[in-house]
Amino acid sequence: MRIALHDVTRRFGAFTALDRVNLEVESGELIALLGPSGSGKTTLLRIIAGLDWPDEGEVHFDGEDALSRSVGERNVGFVFQSYALFRHMTVFENVAFGLRARPRRSRPGEAEIRARVERLLELVQLGPFGKRYPAQLSGGQRQRIALARALAIEPRILLLDEPFGALDAKVRKELRRWLRQLAAAA
Amino acid sequence: MTDIELHWDDAFAANRKSTPDHVRGRLSPENAVLPGFPSQPQASRTASMSVRKATRARDVRADPAPMRWAIIGIAVTFLVLFIVVPLLNVFAQALARGFGAYFAAIVQPDAIAAIELTLLAAAISVGLNLVFGVIAAWTITKYEFWGKSVLITVIDLPFSVSPVIAGLVFVLLFGAQGYLGPWLQEHDIKVIFALPGIVLATVFVTFPFVARELIPLMREQGTRDEEAALTLGASGLRTFFRVTLPNVKWALLYGVLLCNARAMGEFGAVSVVSGHVRGETNTMPLHIEVLYNEYQFTAAFAVASLLALLALVTLIAKVVLEGRATNAANSE
Repeated sequence: MRIALHDVTRRFGAFTALDRVNLEVESGELIALLGPSGSGKTTLLRIIAGLDWPDEGEVHFDGEDALSRSVGERNVGFVFQSYALFRHMTVFENVAFGLRARPRRSRPGEAEIRARVERLLELVQLGPFGKRYPAQLSGGQRQRIALARALAIEPRILLLDEPFGALDAKVRKELRRWLRQLAAAA
Repeated sequence: MTDIELHWDDAFAANRKSTPDHVRGRLSPENAVLPGFPSQPQASRTASMSVRKATRARDVRADPAPMRWAIIGIAVTFLVLFIVVPLLNVFAQALARGFGAYFAAIVQPDAIAAIELTLLAAAISVGLNLVFGVIAAWTITKYEFWGKSVLITVIDLPFSVSPVIAGLVFVLLFGAQGYLGPWLQEHDIKVIFALPGIVLATVFVTFPFVARELIPLMREQGTRDEEAALTLGASGLRTFFRVTLPNVKWALLYGVLLCNARAMGEFGAVSVVSGHVRGETNTMPLHIEVLYNEYQFTAAFAVASLLALLALVTLIAKVVLEGRATNAANSE
């Protein structure tokens, strides 16, 4: 899917976080936003996801106006900087959350949900960890669960906010390579 | 998606290797002893003479013993004198003429009516404040809007306003001479000197408990979890019941307990609106006062002991909940 941002501006009081940002991302492209903290990377991602709204400018997905759609309708996977895993749910339920939240018409059956969650857990190499709680996982493992949870809804766009921030250099390198392959395969 | 090559194993094996065993060993709790600081009594006993002497001569890690004991002594004396003794006295007075008189006072029809009314009013008030409190806390912590700081202050108002004033406010509104009085009389609705008035006054006085308990926690948790749920396609209601509510359940229960304790014990506001009709609009605190003013000390203290008992049960439930909440927090 093609994402196009046109003159996107976002202000917080007197502070201008985004000043007429233009960005085009082609389908299948893997793009990284670089910049010091406070430069508006997160704000830009939140606007694309539909968690925040620009004061001016346009956001288009495949030529369609995205700003007229709510976050739930955009089908965007978002991995938060702090992962934001649901701490009272098991890893399995975290990943299944997006599937269970679907309207009844498009909601898969229990067996189908189970199969899909297990496949995702295998994909992030955490197959045996389904019954654990997020608190019982390491930072890198939580990161991968957050990724699996975001992938469960089969998003058209995957946004990762500082996905490697809390990980050490070696894990970070591997994860980067793995993400590149994931994007290539999608 | 299925034919992707994976490199997790290598990555995590490498990660593990980067932390040598001896480093991890040193960080484990049983070995975490700073040199020269015996952390356990056993350690100091087996330590050399010089270390023991140094420890005994001046323990820099704690206040001097006399000071410590003085402070503890003052706190305990105060607690015993002002809280434990009076509370025990309630039970002593109640049982002064034996169990027979005690039970006779409790099963008296007026007393039973008061107990029923108190439990009913508390149940309704707590239920209403549970809903209002959650909505208020949600509004304050999840939305940005103009006048929010005013709302936060208003929530605290019942804490700072005298309960008598709270009661009078409702009399002025709903009483026979009040603004809505004539209309209510026309439609034969009784608010003042009846259960609705008692519930209103109690709701007013106990409103802050649930909201106050939730606001700091919900503010600390922020909106990340809710946003995550929304990006996963969950509706607002689903997000609330599946994500927000489970995140605050211990604080919520705690707030409800405090609210309940105060609702059962409320005297001032209820006294103004109840009208003191015996067996009809007297709650337990009001009934106790009536009995006391009539010099029926045993009966007064018997009902009082029951009220104190309800409070103690609430307190114990609170301690249990706190323990659970702490455990839950620690496992996170």
